[in-house]
Amino acid sequence: MNIDGRLVRKESLEKLFKILKANNRTIVGPSQKNGRISYKMVENYEGITSEYIQTTQSPKEVAFPRTEKILDYSKNADGMTVKGINADDIPDIVLWGVRPCDTMGMGELSAIFNWDYRDEIYNSRSSRVTVLGFSCGKSDEYCFCTSVGGNPGNIEGSDILFTQLGENGDYLAEIITEKGSQVVSLASDLFEKAENIVKGKFLADVPVRFEKEQVRQNLEKYFDSEQWVAQSLKCLGCGACAYVCPTCACFDIQDEAHGKSGSRVRCWDSCGFSLFTLHTSGHNPREVQSQRWRQRIMHKFSYMPDRLSVYGCTGCGRCSRACPADMNILDHLISIQEVTV
Amino acid sequence: MDELRRRAKELLEASSVKVVIGYENGTDGKTRALFIENPADAGKLVFDSRCIMNLAAYITKHEVKSKGKMAIAATLPVMRAIVQLASEFQVNDNNLLVLGITPESKMIEFKDLTEVETFVHQYQIEIDSRNKEMLDRIEKMTPSERWDFWIQELTPCFKCYACRAACPMCYCHRCTVEFNQPQWIPVPSSELGNLEWHIMRAIHLAGRCVDCDACYNACPLAIPLNLLTKRMLLDAREHFGGYQPSLKAEHLMSTYKPDDKENFIM
Amino acid sequence: MADFEPKIVAFVCNWCTYAGADLTGTSRIKYASNVRIVRFPCTGRIDYMLLMKSFDEGADGIIVSGCHPNDCHYTSGNFHARRRWIMVRSLCDFIGIDIRRIKFSWVSAAEGAKWADIVNTTVSEIRELGPYNDYKKVAKRPLKEVSHG
Repeated sequence: MNIDGRLVRKESLEKLFKILKANNRTIVGPSQKNGRISYKMVENYEGITSEYIQTTQSPKEVAFPRTEKILDYSKNADGMTVKGINADDIPDIVLWGVRPCDTMGMGELSAIFNWDYRDEIYNSRSSRVTVLGFSCGKSDEYCFCTSVGGNPGNIEGSDILFTQLGENGDYLAEIITEKGSQVVSLASDLFEKAENIVKGKFLADVPVRFEKEQVRQNLEKYFDSEQWVAQSLKCLGCGACAYVCPTCACFDIQDEAHGKSGSRVRCWDSCGFSLFTLHTSGHNPREVQSQRWRQRIMHKFSYMPDRLSVYGCTGCGRCSRACPADMNILDHLISIQEVTV
Repeated sequence: MDELRRRAKELLEASSVKVVIGYENGTDGKTRALFIENPADAGKLVFDSRCIMNLAAYITKHEVKSKGKMAIAATLPVMRAIVQLASEFQVNDNNLLVLGITPESKMIEFKDLTEVETFVHQYQIEIDSRNKEMLDRIEKMTPSERWDFWIQELTPCFKCYACRAACPMCYCHRCTVEFNQPQWIPVPSSELGNLEWHIMRAIHLAGRCVDCDACYNACPLAIPLNLLTKRMLLDAREHFGGYQPSLKAEHLMSTYKPDDKENFIM
Repeated sequence: MADFEPKIVAFVCNWCTYAGADLTGTSRIKYASNVRIVRFPCTGRIDYMLLMKSFDEGADGIIVSGCHPNDCHYTSGNFHARRRWIMVRSLCDFIGIDIRRIKFSWVSAAEGAKWADIVNTTVSEIRELGPYNDYKKVAKRPLKEVSHG
């Protein structure tokens, strides 16, 4: 497939932003607060943070918000009135500044939300997102995209992928999808002809740290291993890893009720929480942290590839960066690969 | 910390303790918790100024406690937490041995928790200057400005409960937020719900917080929620003369003085 | 705001303030009718979360009232309550909650007139302050989504 590659001058990015804004686009981009970078709606180009290897939070909120109303209800004399979500109320969003690991993650998240049941609310949101990806010129020791089938210049999941051609350089813009072409048509002057640009040499070097198929095979025999206990002793059982992960999709449904009316809300949940699997009977099949840690790894590296044909990890490293106990999933995956069961 | 490694090895070889909790080198120049059961692993223990995680969060964890008697490498904040936990009957001399590390990085092996308490009482809990400055800045705001400040700071919280998980004093098997009859704190992240969660946690820590900043260090979004617990500490000092973690003394909020002073009751 | 009538919730103890409020009635003292009284066995039972929830549900002001120190029906409940109020009030002030809207008092079973006075004072002060809009704004119904800014 021939990807249309164009040259975009460094200064043109800000111009593109302004043109999108002038065309009434809602732009969500990386924004800094307290030294941490999250995806927020940005009104001005200055609001975008651009000096980073990876953001703290993933961009999954544009399709899977942390708190999402799914219906309103009210009880009156005639019975119950239920009002669902109107898909037309969902805004179109331009997601500006997403790494290739995150764009790959969107595919993985979509697989979960369309597996046994098509989640129409999720699909409505994600179909309204235009993704402007930015390749990685640098990586750090937390990154391992190349071990899970990704790479720092991966076009999968982006509508346009920008690659900066060296420090302070101009950009190669690969126009990958129809949505990408629509953005270009708003600002075609900014997308100049590109002369034979090879982006490979401008991408970060991310060494492969483990072989994912080997990990998956080992996991099949690893379920009862005592290593899970040793691995998970320092895990504190919070939800940080699940919440910053671009592919974690566990959610809770809560009814926020007030008297005779209220709303049903979907919100993030984490399999690491001690009461995540607590049944109403009082039985908890994952009572200890080792069972929950095992579930996290097996879900991403065994169950998902088995049933959904995609891995549940993009190698973005956010979980390890955010973890207060430095669990470092990469260390654990490498040790699982090396195990002789 | 050779003495620490040597002592850990000895204790495990003699089976005086079943697990030693300390620090090891982690990712990206950080340190993290280490649990040693094999004396040969004692060499992995490290100690230096990077070791700020409050290891006392682990001594109430079932998975660690169930191994048997624990030994823990404890800096001053960790020692304070241990004494407070002991006063709340969560640890005792039978299941915990404290290998103290003084502010001058000297190792002291405490015979029992009473000795730890004596050591801890030599030091006052002091709030560092950076946080003091933040607290003063907030004090000078009008109530309306304070409200806006806290809504702005707490709304990004996504309720991961890392603050709760890292705090040694939050050891409730089932936290208030995990009850839904009644549902005091809404589960989803919301402007009001986040405020209520952080207020609730600060109040449950009144008189118990040892100011170790584990909550702030754990927060993935670097929300300055430790300012709330520090405020409670200063209030305790102002109104009730402060508190020290103490094995036998009564807790600040579960006791009272007939002449507690206030100026707002009509 | 001429027709704004504040909604006040009062958390009172059964033995002193509630009885005192009864006395206000039997003494035929007229006083503001904006208060909804919630009766507790003792102020020591009052959870600070109830105060938060009152504002959450639309109250503009709160009164918390019980027996005078040394007169508690359960000996020391009000002493515990007092300590709690000191800490909670300070934290609320630090957060920016309008503590002028939360009143604490000791009202005994014989102080019918004092109860009327407390209620009237509170109602007129809250009427001046207006509805508690800051709180109502964040306690939106239905729940406001929080994501990407």
